[in-house]
Amino acid sequence: MSLAPPLSPGFAAPATEAQRCFRALLEAMSRPGRVRSLPAPAAPPAPLGPAAAAVLLTLADADAPVWLDAGPAAEAWARFHAGCPLVAEPGAAAFALATGAPPALDALEAGTEEEPHRSATLILQVAALEEGAGWRLSGPGIEREHRLAVAGLPEGFLAQWAANRRRFPRGVDVILCAGVRVAALPRTVTIGEQG
Amino acid sequence: MSAAPGYNFAYLDENTKRMIRRALLKAVAIPGHQVPFGSREMPLPYGWGTGGIQVTASVIGPDDTLKVIDQGADDTTNAVSIRRFFARVAGVATTERTAEATIIQTRHRIPETPLREGQILVYQVPMPEPLFRLEPRVAETRRMHALADYGLMQVKLYEDIARHGHIAISYNYPVMVNGRYLMAPSPIPAFDNPKMHRMPALQLFGAGREKRLYAVPPYTEVRSLDFEDHPFRPPRAEAACALCGSRESYLDEVVTDDRGGRMFLCSDTDWCRQRREAAG
Repeated sequence: MSLAPPLSPGFAAPATEAQRCFRALLEAMSRPGRVRSLPAPAAPPAPLGPAAAAVLLTLADADAPVWLDAGPAAEAWARFHAGCPLVAEPGAAAFALATGAPPALDALEAGTEEEPHRSATLILQVAALEEGAGWRLSGPGIEREHRLAVAGLPEGFLAQWAANRRRFPRGVDVILCAGVRVAALPRTVTIGEQG
Repeated sequence: MSAAPGYNFAYLDENTKRMIRRALLKAVAIPGHQVPFGSREMPLPYGWGTGGIQVTASVIGPDDTLKVIDQGADDTTNAVSIRRFFARVAGVATTERTAEATIIQTRHRIPETPLREGQILVYQVPMPEPLFRLEPRVAETRRMHALADYGLMQVKLYEDIARHGHIAISYNYPVMVNGRYLMAPSPIPAFDNPKMHRMPALQLFGAGREKRLYAVPPYTEVRSLDFEDHPFRPPRAEAACALCGSRESYLDEVVTDDRGGRMFLCSDTDWCRQRREAAG
């Protein structure tokens, strides 16, 4: 019998680190397109990135089922540190975490007209996030326009987003993660092409 | 200052905070929509700001500076005890100055000093449902929000005009958020409503007894309901503050004796003090 490799640690100080993480997420969600850095756990199992792992530790628990595509090591890590149930279908998850090709936005729970808050959040790992160039974002939380450049998004994301935007108040919210950096796209945001 | 031993940071356990945090993120993503949450029993009764306290406890960190106001005043019982509560269980710095605070918990006022980015305003809300006096069935109000069917409220405003000649709502004046959701701004005076419109700070609302929270993101459109021929006019007492002379701030009327004597004072004590200090 071989011993499983030891799990890498979660937050060193759960209460304060989760709080700092949540505040950064709240800032990101209320000012779409602004990039924030998270206090991240030391070395989450690959391919789980530090920011995506920190988001899981901050928001997932026994009441928030998670779908993730990061393999058995990451699943064991999430189960141990966040204590969250892992589901096989993205549509059954409160948080869907994609390190590779993400599930289609319309495959995730979008809530109902009466209870639009019962919708999933997609945590999407991308290659890079940069403020000041790229997309032109507008909507609540944005004074005039925020610019956000995202590298490594799946093809057709903008079309999916436009469809997600149209079904408001139903819809999926997205947290983009790159390294320790995050930016958020709440369902209210309108994404204009670059240029 | 450090937190008292024996409590988790900011009093609530981590599971509760996570539940409230998830609800807050959804509330921000759907501006003006009421999100239910598992309101906990707090060491003070419902009606004393348990909703606001639970929101503040889920948001606050060791680096924050907290200001608490009750009807604009920093020195009333509710404000003092909530400020002390967080100084004790979270070890945070507290202040009475609006500009120095990163989180402002409020009961029924918005400070006169304009808020800025980086600040969070947390409202204590007694009744989150703006339609509850018109439609008591929760299932029905939920459907009305789903359909954005707010004709009932327009009729109520119309009846006010027919009966009184003007819209007779002086506080908790209903607003439309981002053109979609009808929202109760908590019982702030209608005078404060325009401050909510495109405010640079994030606004969070917590109703502890009713177990719901909602949010208005920064720079979001908040319109007070009205009619083209009866536009919204924020009411204000026709007087100047007896202490600082302000003719712009919201005033409290204070009875000074039993012979009809009265004076008007700024409701925002911090703003009034600043003006008096500046005047020398």
